[in-house]
Amino acid sequence: MKQRLSTLMVAAVMTASFAAHAQQPAKKAPPPAKAAAPAKKEGITAEFEKFREVLEEDNPAELFEAKGEDIWKNKKGPGGATMAQCDLGLGAGVVKGAYVQMPRWFADVGQVMDAERRIVHCMVKYLGYKEEDIRKQPFSNDQRTPDHVSVITYVAAQSRNLKIAAPQKHAKEIEAYRIGKEIFAYRAGPYDFSCATCHGDDGKRIRTQDLPNLRKPAEAVKAYQGWPGYRMTGGFMLTQQWRMNDCFRQQRFPEPTYLSDSITALLAYMTVTANGQVYKGPGIKR
Amino acid sequence: MADPMKIRAQMKGDTAEIRVLMSHAMETGQRKDNAGATVPAHFIQAITVDVGGKRVIQGQTSTSVSRNPVFGFKVKGAKVGDKVVIHWEDNKGDKRTDEAVIAA
Amino acid sequence: MTAMKKTVVCAAAALACSAVLADEIRNYRAEAVAMMKRDFKTRGIATADRVHEDGLQAVCNRTSDNPPKDIAARLERDQLEAVKYPTDGKLMGDWKAGEKLAQSGRGMTWSDKAGVPGGGNCYNCHQISPTETSFGTIGPSLYQFGKIRGNTPEMQKYAYGKIWNAKAFNLCSAMPRFGHAGALTESQIKDLVALLLDPQSPVNSK
Repeated sequence: MKQRLSTLMVAAVMTASFAAHAQQPAKKAPPPAKAAAPAKKEGITAEFEKFREVLEEDNPAELFEAKGEDIWKNKKGPGGATMAQCDLGLGAGVVKGAYVQMPRWFADVGQVMDAERRIVHCMVKYLGYKEEDIRKQPFSNDQRTPDHVSVITYVAAQSRNLKIAAPQKHAKEIEAYRIGKEIFAYRAGPYDFSCATCHGDDGKRIRTQDLPNLRKPAEAVKAYQGWPGYRMTGGFMLTQQWRMNDCFRQQRFPEPTYLSDSITALLAYMTVTANGQVYKGPGIKR
Repeated sequence: MADPMKIRAQMKGDTAEIRVLMSHAMETGQRKDNAGATVPAHFIQAITVDVGGKRVIQGQTSTSVSRNPVFGFKVKGAKVGDKVVIHWEDNKGDKRTDEAVIAA
Repeated sequence: MTAMKKTVVCAAAALACSAVLADEIRNYRAEAVAMMKRDFKTRGIATADRVHEDGLQAVCNRTSDNPPKDIAARLERDQLEAVKYPTDGKLMGDWKAGEKLAQSGRGMTWSDKAGVPGGGNCYNCHQISPTETSFGTIGPSLYQFGKIRGNTPEMQKYAYGKIWNAKAFNLCSAMPRFGHAGALTESQIKDLVALLLDPQSPVNSK
């Protein structure tokens, strides 16, 4: 018997088992930190960063990536169409590097589309998904992660470690960037907030949450690569479109229509600002 | 039907490091949904790991484990090319088996 | 004439030129606003008309939050004149209630319910009581606010006015106009004034 198998410490290495916020009763809000000294936050953030790094190798985003890959490669629409016919800007069926090169101009639809918008477009066109169904629940919740979110996760993962390179060649791509830049700085609503109120300066934070200055490439990439991201609070994937939506909620704005031109423009501004930076997503978030 | 696991198995010296990511809701039975109704408990309760045809782990889990959990094991004496078979069953009778091969 | 000249130059360098010309003629800001008015929809209490900028927002938006000094001074005066001070003359409420309000980040989002009082959102941006270490840094620290400034009637009036309408003192301040916007009530603002100025408040403890 050459093989002498013994097991070591099963429980001790269950790294991710602490990501259990979703398991708390919904009503119980996390108690505010009551430690004495102010500016303790650096320590808290550092601790979380360590935790996040441990999880990065086993990011549950991979589960959704695998599901998305299966849909992309195997799912057939009416008439046998597949996502192999979907052109994400680099040719039909080409996924590698496509995510970090959107938003871009798509001549077939005469529109600038961000990655999420293009992927949904393809899933409707080739796989027979109904757009109104997708719009009914565009974002994941603890009951269900929609298929398009898994496909986005798969497509995003195929750009991991590649440089962000959203094109600025077509006049409409430039237009999207310019309009997005304006939307970013536009103050309105009962609180007079714009995106820039929170994301236009260095070193700011809300509570303990660091706020990247999205006007700077090295900071913009931090926000960019967080999404799609696995949210440990809740245990599901959320996308860039969700992030924009929820920012506008907190900005006290009305709700932006899912996959609308305004969001594509804003994403064009943010992505182009992050151009040249290396994409390390899909992300993992608290 | 449950979604597939992601299994990583690699030799580190004389020890195989096996990590597995499972796709599961892991509901505690204590959480309430938006409508205020209790979400029924739904969790993985049994896990087995076979390496090279031999059972190396047989374990029970409960609701204290997170949604989409990650487990890591270290197995001594395994070798490159050994088949790793991981199986789980939950309290509703749903189950899933996935395989991987230990890489160098 | 100039336009013609540009057309000629453009012919020579077609690609780059179309963008340059467009920049001069197009108002991206106006296009952005029009796009947002089309794309943003009412949800819950967050009504679609919120994307329309009001006069003050328009001035700040058009000047990148740096309005000319004379315009800023005039508009700040207008804002200050519109501050509604309590009719009973009392500006200080209960600092404990103020602390609770300062903690709450609720209010005026589409996920907030109509008729439910909002929070002050204060800790999102400010350090306040020393016991709360989870505070934001968008605004300045308010720790020791009353200890440094003194709990004088003038200071109470300033603090009340600042919370009611921050823009009365700094036209394009990042801080919301809580009273003006109806985000906080008179008695809520009084409680926040007490949190900042009451000598018993932890803000002013040693």
